Amino acid sequence: MSTRIEKPIFEYSVPGRGAEDQWPRDPGAAATEDLPAALRRTARPLLPEVSELEAVRHFTRLSQLNFSIDTHFYPLGSCTMKYNPKACNSLAMLPELLARHPLSPESVGQGFLACMYELQEMLKAVTGMQAVALSPMAGAQGEFAGVAMIRAYHRSRGDLERNEIIVPEAAHGTNPATATMCGCVVREVPVNAEGDVDIDALKAAVGPKTAGIMLTNPSTLGVFERRIEEVARTVHAAGGLLYYDGANLNAILGKVRPGDMGFDVIHVNLHKTFSTPHGGGGPGAGPVGVSARLAPFLPVPMVGRRGERYCWLTERDIPQSIGRLSGFMGNAGVLLRAYIYMRMLGREGMAKVSEYATLNANYLLAQLTRAGFDAAYPDRRATHELIIGLKRQAKELGVTAMDFAKRLLDHGMHAPTTYFPLLVPECLLIEPTETESKAALDAFVAAMSEILTEAAQEPERVTGAPHTMPVRRLDDVRAAKQLDLTWKPTGAHAIPTTS
Amino acid sequence: MAFIPHTREDVEAMLAAIGVDSIEQLFDEIPANLRLSALAGVPEALSEMEIGRLMAERARLDGRPLCFIGAGAYEHHIPAAVWAIATRGEFYSAYTPYQAEASQGTLQLLYEYQTMMASLTDMAVSNASLYDGASAMGEACLMAVRANRKSRSRRILVPTTVHPHYRRAAAAVAGNQGLVFEELPYCTEEGCIPPGSLGRYDGQDITALVIQQPNFFGRLEDVDALCDWARARNILVIAVVNPTSLAVLKPPGQWGSQDANKGADIAVGEGQPLGVPLSSGGPYFGFMTARMEHVRQMPGRIVGRTVDVAGRAGFTLTLQAREQHIRRAKATSNICTNQGLLVTAATVYLSLMGPAGLERVAAASHARTRELVAALSRVAGVRRLFRGPVFHEEAIALDRPVAPVLEKLAARGIIGGLDLTEHYPELGPALLVCATETKTTADIERYAGALAECLREARAA
Repeated sequence: MSTRIEKPIFEYSVPGRGAEDQWPRDPGAAATEDLPAALRRTARPLLPEVSELEAVRHFTRLSQLNFSIDTHFYPLGSCTMKYNPKACNSLAMLPELLARHPLSPESVGQGFLACMYELQEMLKAVTGMQAVALSPMAGAQGEFAGVAMIRAYHRSRGDLERNEIIVPEAAHGTNPATATMCGCVVREVPVNAEGDVDIDALKAAVGPKTAGIMLTNPSTLGVFERRIEEVARTVHAAGGLLYYDGANLNAILGKVRPGDMGFDVIHVNLHKTFSTPHGGGGPGAGPVGVSARLAPFLPVPMVGRRGERYCWLTERDIPQSIGRLSGFMGNAGVLLRAYIYMRMLGREGMAKVSEYATLNANYLLAQLTRAGFDAAYPDRRATHELIIGLKRQAKELGVTAMDFAKRLLDHGMHAPTTYFPLLVPECLLIEPTETESKAALDAFVAAMSEILTEAAQEPERVTGAPHTMPVRRLDDVRAAKQLDLTWKPTGAHAIPTTS
Repeated sequence: MAFIPHTREDVEAMLAAIGVDSIEQLFDEIPANLRLSALAGVPEALSEMEIGRLMAERARLDGRPLCFIGAGAYEHHIPAAVWAIATRGEFYSAYTPYQAEASQGTLQLLYEYQTMMASLTDMAVSNASLYDGASAMGEACLMAVRANRKSRSRRILVPTTVHPHYRRAAAAVAGNQGLVFEELPYCTEEGCIPPGSLGRYDGQDITALVIQQPNFFGRLEDVDALCDWARARNILVIAVVNPTSLAVLKPPGQWGSQDANKGADIAVGEGQPLGVPLSSGGPYFGFMTARMEHVRQMPGRIVGRTVDVAGRAGFTLTLQAREQHIRRAKATSNICTNQGLLVTAATVYLSLMGPAGLERVAAASHARTRELVAALSRVAGVRRLFRGPVFHEEAIALDRPVAPVLEKLAARGIIGGLDLTEHYPELGPALLVCATETKTTADIERYAGALAECLREARAA
C-alpha cells in the first residue's frame, strides 16, 4: 500500500491534451448541424484533458491507496469478504457475453439464458425455496422486493390492514428502511441475553396488523436463532409471513435451508455468499426466492423454459408481479460470476464453505478469548462470524473499539465491523470467511494482542491510530458542515492537496 | 475446491484450540430436524478448465451479431485501459469505503466522479451512484416528494415518451409510498410532448415533472418550454438524460429560457454508455445530480473532501445522517451499496475521453444514426416515423409486422432494433433503431440490404 497522496486528476489536465487514440475519428462539424441551436450545449464540461498514460498512472496510484481482499485480510463482519476467484471475472467477461444487448431477441441469448435458468435452479436448491427471481440489483433491493411481495400477497387476499413489519432490535439498518420504503410501519422486538429473539415479546407483538417479520439467521449477533421454528409458528399463526435476510447465508450453506426453517421469502447476497466482487461498494445482486404462495408476485423479468428453449417471463406471464426493479434484467454480469462460482463449488463445495467459515470463526473466538478479549456470547457457538466487546478495555484503558479498528489498519489488516450490532457496546463484528488460512487468523490474533498490550503501555499510539495510512483520522464534522463535494478549478476551496 | 487453504494439520490444530472433535460439532446449535442431508439440484463441481470450456460454449452459442438496438443501452467503444484499471484487485475486491483511511483510492475516485457528473449535467452536486437509470428515476421521484415541501399531492407527471421500463420501475420502486404517476400523452406525429398540452394541469398541485431528453424515441423534447412551465408553478423538474448526449446537448442545469429561474432540480440517467459493456443489461450504474438545496434529500452515498487531524486533505463518506445504517426507518432510501465498480470504469472512461473525446463520441454516434436512418429510409416499405430533430436514435415505420422481420434479420446475424409494437401499439409496425460510433458504413449497408430482403420475403409470404 502506498501512502503517497495523489493529486486530483483535474490538476494533471492541460487544455488540448487527450487520449486521442481512444477516440473515434472526428466526423466534422456537419455531423451535428441538424441539432437546433437552442438545444445545444454551449460550455464544455469539466472533464480532465490527459494522456492515456497519465490517466492509467493516476488511477493505478489511487488503487494503491486502498485495502482490498486481494491485498489485505478483510474480516469485515456481515460483509463476507471472501476471495473472488479470478476465473469468475474472466469468464463473465467473454466478449460475446459482454456484447449482448439486453433487448436482443431470445434466439440470440440461449447460452446466456441457460446460465441464468440454471442459476435460478441452483439457488432454489440451496435455499429450499420454490421459485427464484434474479433481477434485484443488491441486497437492499432484494429486501424491497421481498417486503413488496408480502404486501402484495396480503392485498390480494383483501387483507388490507396488515402493514406492520417486525424486526429484531439487532437487525441491519436496511431492514427498517426497507419496511418504510414499502409503506410499512416497523415494530422492533427485543433479543434475550443469549442472543435469541424474545419469544414472549414476539407473541405480544404479532396480531391482525402483522404483515411479516424480517430475520437474519444466523442473526447479526453471530449466533444461530435456535427457536426459529417457534418464531415461524408464532408469526404464521398470526397471519404474517417470514422474510429471510440472506446476509449470513455463508454460515449455513449446504447445512440448513431457509425454506426448511419456515421462511416464505428470502434474498441472497450473491456478493457475499457467492463471491462476486464488492467493487468498492457495488455492484451486488440480491435474487429473491419464495414459497409457492408468493410465486405469483415475483419481480420480472424471470427466465423460463419452454421445451428446449429458454425464454423471458414478463408481466404477461406473471400478471400479479410486483413489477420491474430495473431497466432490464438486473446485474446480469454479477449473476454470471455467481453462476460460475457455484458451478465450481458444486454440490460438494457448498457445505465446505459453511464448514470452514464456521471453523475459522470459532477458532478466532477461541484464540481471542485466550488472548484476553471478551466474547459477547461466550456460551454460544460462533457461526461464520463472532463478536467481541471491548467495553472493559474502553473503561479501564480509555481505548475504544474504533481505536482498535484504526490500529489494525497499521498492522495491515482491514478493521472488522465496528459498533454493529448496536446491542453490544464497543463491539467488533469479525468475519474471517473460509478462504483465509490459519496463518492469516494467527496473525490477526497476534495483532489484536499487540494492540491490547500497547493500549495498556502507550494508549496514545492506539487512540491516535492509524499512523501509516495515506491520511490520519478525518474530520467528519467538517466534511458534513463545510460541504466540499466537487473539485473546483479556483482557489476558493484551498485545502492543500499535497504536503 | 471451494478455495479453502486449510491442510489437515491446520484443521486438527484448530479443532483442538476450539475444544471440539469435529467441524460437524460446531453446528450443534442447529435443531437436528432442520439439518439438510443431501443437496440435490446442484451439479457436481467443475474445475476451472471445465467451467472455462462450458462458458466458452455458451458464449459461442450467442455469437456476436451486428446490433442496432439502443433503447437505453448503447454499444460504445470502451478503451482497453478502462477495465484493465477497474478489474485491478484493489478496486475490484475492496468494499464500501467505511474505513476512510484505508480506502482513499476509492473515495478520491468517487469525488472525481462526482465532479465530472455534476459538470456534465451542470448541476451542483452528485451522489456516488445508484443501481441503474430506471431505478434512479424512481429514487428521484421519491426525492422530489421530500424536496418539494410546497406540494402535498405526491403527483408526478411522467410523459409516455419516457422509457417504458423506466416508468414501470419507478412505479414499482416508489408506488408503495403513495406516489401517483400520471401519464402525459405524446403527439403521435411529432413523437414528443407538446408543451401546450400541460395547460390542463395549471392551478393543480403537482409535485414533479419528469422529462427525458432525448426521449425514448430519440426525439428532442422542448426542454426549455417544459422546464419554464414547471418552474413557474413550483413543480420540481426531474431530468432523465443520456450522459453521452450531454457532450453536445444542453445540460439539465441550463434547461429553461429565464436566466433567473432555470435548470432542472434533479438529473438522473443510465451511466452505461460511459465505459460499461452491454452485458445483457447490467451491472450498469444510475447517476444522480441535483441542485445544492436538495443535497440532504439525496439517496445513496456521497463523498466529501475534508482534512485529517494533521490538517492534510482527505476524503470520506459524508452526510451519512441521511442513510439507512444511521437513520434506519427514517432514511432517505434503503440503498446500501452503490455501483462502485461501474463508477470506477466510468471515471476512467471520462478521463480518457475528456471534453473533446466525449463530444466526438456523441457526434460520431449521431452521424452514424443519421446515415443509418437515411439508408433504411431508402428501402421500400420503410419511412421515418416522426418529424423533427433526434439524437443518435430514431423510430422508423415498416409496412409489415415487425416481429417476423426482426427474426429474419437475427437469422442473418443482425439485431435490427427494438419492436415498438408492444409498448406503443398506436404507432403501427414501428422499429426503434440506433447506431453508435462503433458502426461503419459497410455495417449500415449490410443492414439496409438485409432489411430490403426481409421485407421482400415478408411481402411474398
